[in-house]
Amino acid sequence: MSEHTVSAFDEDLNYLVEKVSEMGGNAESMVARSVTALVTADKGLGQSVVADDKILDALQQEVDDHVVLLIAKRQPMAADLREVIGALRMATDIERIGDLGKNVARRAFQIEDNLPPKKLLRGLQHLTNVSLEQLKDALDAYAVKDIVKAREVWDRDDEIDSLYTSLFRELLTYMMEDPRNITYCTHLLFCAKNMERIGDHVTNLAETIHYMVTGSYDIASENVS
Amino acid sequence: MAKSEIKMSGKDVSVSYGEKQALFNVNLDIPAKQVTALIGPSGCGKSTFLRCLNRMNDTIDICRVSGDIRLDDQDIYHRDIDVVELRARVGMVFQKPNPFPKSIFENVSYGPKIHGLVRNKTELEEIVVNSLQRAGLFEEVKDRLHEPGTGLSGGQQQRLCIARAIAVSPEVILMDEPCSALDPIATAIVEELIDELRENYTIVIVTHSMQQAARVSQQTAMFHLGHLVEVDETDTIFTNPSDQKTQDYITGRYG
Repeated sequence: MSEHTVSAFDEDLNYLVEKVSEMGGNAESMVARSVTALVTADKGLGQSVVADDKILDALQQEVDDHVVLLIAKRQPMAADLREVIGALRMATDIERIGDLGKNVARRAFQIEDNLPPKKLLRGLQHLTNVSLEQLKDALDAYAVKDIVKAREVWDRDDEIDSLYTSLFRELLTYMMEDPRNITYCTHLLFCAKNMERIGDHVTNLAETIHYMVTGSYDIASENVS
Repeated sequence: MAKSEIKMSGKDVSVSYGEKQALFNVNLDIPAKQVTALIGPSGCGKSTFLRCLNRMNDTIDICRVSGDIRLDDQDIYHRDIDVVELRARVGMVFQKPNPFPKSIFENVSYGPKIHGLVRNKTELEEIVVNSLQRAGLFEEVKDRLHEPGTGLSGGQQQRLCIARAIAVSPEVILMDEPCSALDPIATAIVEELIDELRENYTIVIVTHSMQQAARVSQQTAMFHLGHLVEVDETDTIFTNPSDQKTQDYITGRYG
């Protein structure tokens, strides 16, 4: 889209995109580190994720303040208005993603030294990777307002859901095999649930990107070419 | 926006001032008892179109209007049409408040008198009071009806002009940037008034304020270089317009 007559308006909007993208990058890193902290029982790493959540919260506050000020000063219309409202929604979803990461990181504090066999962790790591890939793709789609990419992200959420379902069964089997696995597997189960919920927030991000560009939340009927 | 009957319609309307064509084949329906906002950058033809609706362009010698403009399905440019009567049915409020240099009372009573709408003084007083009340001005001026209208504040003068317009019981009220000379409070009062007037009148308003168009109208028509670019429900125009020119204009990228 061409530039505004008032160039400060463009700067305001760009600043918003930068801040939301920054939040996205932070959340991505938090989630990745939280799972590593959990599966390696690294309490220090978990601690750093918990600390980073404060930064993410502050960034969200900054986005909120910027949006309120921008609406007051510029009274955005049409695509600009959708962009601003979209940024606000995305910031909320990303902040929640960070919270889910923090929640996983805290579990690392409760793990005693008896780490479970590696095979227990493989499924979870795969689910985490897919969720993070989804988040990264959604943020890339946001940076260039790519609705085809947003739709692809949206479509792939089914994959996360089925990964979660099979991981759930797998962990259940381990717990039945050996009750000593129960504590740790329960932590892994919560962690898996959080990854699945991150996937849901990423779907929201995709829908919001679609709304920003098209003015419609109906991403399902978007033709992917 | 509820579907409503068409009060006025323009079909294939073109307007030229001498050699210069100002409006090109505009087709626009004005729904009854709704506010239609005409927007677009300066010189886009929105005021020209507005002025076609009560033949204000007749007063400009070099102005030629072609096409078909109807009020209740009656051709308003037909030779049998009495222009004075037309302008009573389709009233107008201008950008700058322009009260007559007469008393507040006479400003409002003038129209009903010359159009022979009243039989006696009591009826005339009723119309004046009623019009001032509907324009939301009566309470402020009831003790000084015989003082000059020009002594009122800008916002009050504009409401006086609206009272003057509605005193002759028009069906349509045309407003050409009615708030551009008013402060925010007076603007808010006039906008509130427009919203109330919508119950009884069809309103067409030209405005340069996007926020005003978004606030007061139900239908918005976007003009550009003499062409009607897009017309849609106001809610759609300001959140998700179809045309790129509309998008650029209302977001401050053009004009």
